[in-house]
Amino acid sequence: MGRLILQRSILGVLTLLAASALIFIGTEILPGDLASAILQNQATPETLAKLRLDLGLDKPAIVRYFAWLLGALRGDFGHSLANGRDVLEEITPRFANTMFLAAYAAVVAVPLAVGLGLAAAIRQGGVFDRTVNVLTLMTISVPEYFLAYLLIKYVAVDLGWFPSLANVSSDTPFFDRLYYAFLPMLTLVLVIVAHMMRMTRASVLAVMASPYIEMAILKGLTKTRIVLRHALPNALAPIISVIALNLAYLIVGVVVVETVFVYPGLGQLMVDEVSKHDVPVVQACGLIFAATFIALNMLADILSILSNPRLRQPR
Amino acid sequence: MRLLGHKLSIPAQIGLAIIALNLVMAIFAPLIAPYDQAAVLGDAWADPDRQHWLGLDNLGRDLLSRLIYGARMSIGLSFVITALSFFIGIVTGFGAAVAGGWVDQALSRLVDLLLSMPTLIFAFVILSVLGSGLPVLIVTIAILDSTKVFRLARSVAVGLVSLEFVEAARLRGEGWWWIITREIFPNAIPPLIAEFGLRFCFTFLFIAALSFLGLGVQPPDADWGSMVKDYRDMINFGYAAPIYPAAAIAILTIGVNFVVDWMLSIHSRGQGEGA
Repeated sequence: MGRLILQRSILGVLTLLAASALIFIGTEILPGDLASAILQNQATPETLAKLRLDLGLDKPAIVRYFAWLLGALRGDFGHSLANGRDVLEEITPRFANTMFLAAYAAVVAVPLAVGLGLAAAIRQGGVFDRTVNVLTLMTISVPEYFLAYLLIKYVAVDLGWFPSLANVSSDTPFFDRLYYAFLPMLTLVLVIVAHMMRMTRASVLAVMASPYIEMAILKGLTKTRIVLRHALPNALAPIISVIALNLAYLIVGVVVVETVFVYPGLGQLMVDEVSKHDVPVVQACGLIFAATFIALNMLADILSILSNPRLRQPR
Repeated sequence: MRLLGHKLSIPAQIGLAIIALNLVMAIFAPLIAPYDQAAVLGDAWADPDRQHWLGLDNLGRDLLSRLIYGARMSIGLSFVITALSFFIGIVTGFGAAVAGGWVDQALSRLVDLLLSMPTLIFAFVILSVLGSGLPVLIVTIAILDSTKVFRLARSVAVGLVSLEFVEAARLRGEGWWWIITREIFPNAIPPLIAEFGLRFCFTFLFIAALSFLGLGVQPPDADWGSMVKDYRDMINFGYAAPIYPAAAIAILTIGVNFVVDWMLSIHSRGQGEGA
């Protein structure tokens, strides 16, 4: 088992390395060069020459890639082209805000999703199961901002229970933060609960088809006890990995929700800087998002190795 | 009602009706829409009345007409992208399965890598450099999305290439293009159709999200995602304006998902009966 985990970790690191190369190549594929793309119609020979020197475009691409990667490992992402500030300073508070929102949503969504999934599995085919099935199919299908604007219109504006803008700052107290970020959190929860809940239900039901469950039914155990004590432990691996995958989705899916609620997170920063062609900031945000995403995917795989009783036995 | 020899479930019937309605809107937009999409007809945010059922928008244009024209842009664009990504994904996926060996290995590893990246983030990086013109948008998203088609096409084709009729075609001396188009493709259509629905939905939502973030379709073309963005400030004053285009997006994706859900369920039931 240790070997499996080690293999998976090495694969994760290699994937991250390749992802960093892709993010870098993404800025290299344009015809012409980066400097003229950034300046567009404001390009004069002098500004072009200065920006080329600034971006190090006189050096070959491979040298620049390694310089950028080594810098990123030391926390040096260069400086923003838009306002000249250090990229790391710009990003750190934003990243903390994003992680806060994602963690807030996860703490609410995970117990809710597993609970609903188990309840649906226990009452398979019943009214509750079918209702939840159609409702979750609908929340999976709709875009985040649709849910977000419905919440703003009816909960924030008409009822006035929560603020429609989640404009938190670094000195907002913890409980005020929870209050301001309530609607963004609720939107994210609605989006991810559906997927996790369906997966929980499906994996419990898959186990329910096996012979040892039939044995438990024949012994006369109650449905609730069979699902919770007999089926759930064996269905845990796919449930854990789908939870980790949804957390990975959360980190990326916050982009839209942050924009709707004007929440000062990393996603909103990235969207702003993309339209300003601020390549160093976009690259840094991209790398951080990709790293979090890949790390959570890796964690999902490792947890499913750990929670699989057949792989846990030493051979 | 029956389709493909199977009884349609109620959600699937609703889904088909939604899709048909949207297609009619997209194709006959100029005939249906009461006004032109760019015509300024009065004050900004005028309230709904008999002439303008949903009122006017931020520039005084008829909101209902823009919604109808928006169907054209949003659905047409997603359809083009999905079709292109299927073309790329199917050709490479079938090619990998037929060729086997190092070609298969190299393509599969490359796709694994692209799949481990969050698509939206990678699209951002590319769009930040190339800007968001329509051709860039179409090619970028089609290539990113074709990785998922590749996976499915390859796994379907791997199952098919070992069958006798493919072997017979090989022994006849047919080239790989013949094998892909005449032997494998016709047999791979059923799973690919359901996937087409799913990928269309994904692309549709993806384009709408990019437009909503200001990186997708650029003005003055009406498009549902950018309409949500243009109208979003009004929500704080109690206007429902951004909810209409967002609801249009939501209704279409729900419709497609209902149909896909039904197709997947008849597919799996069919397998169960055969086993």
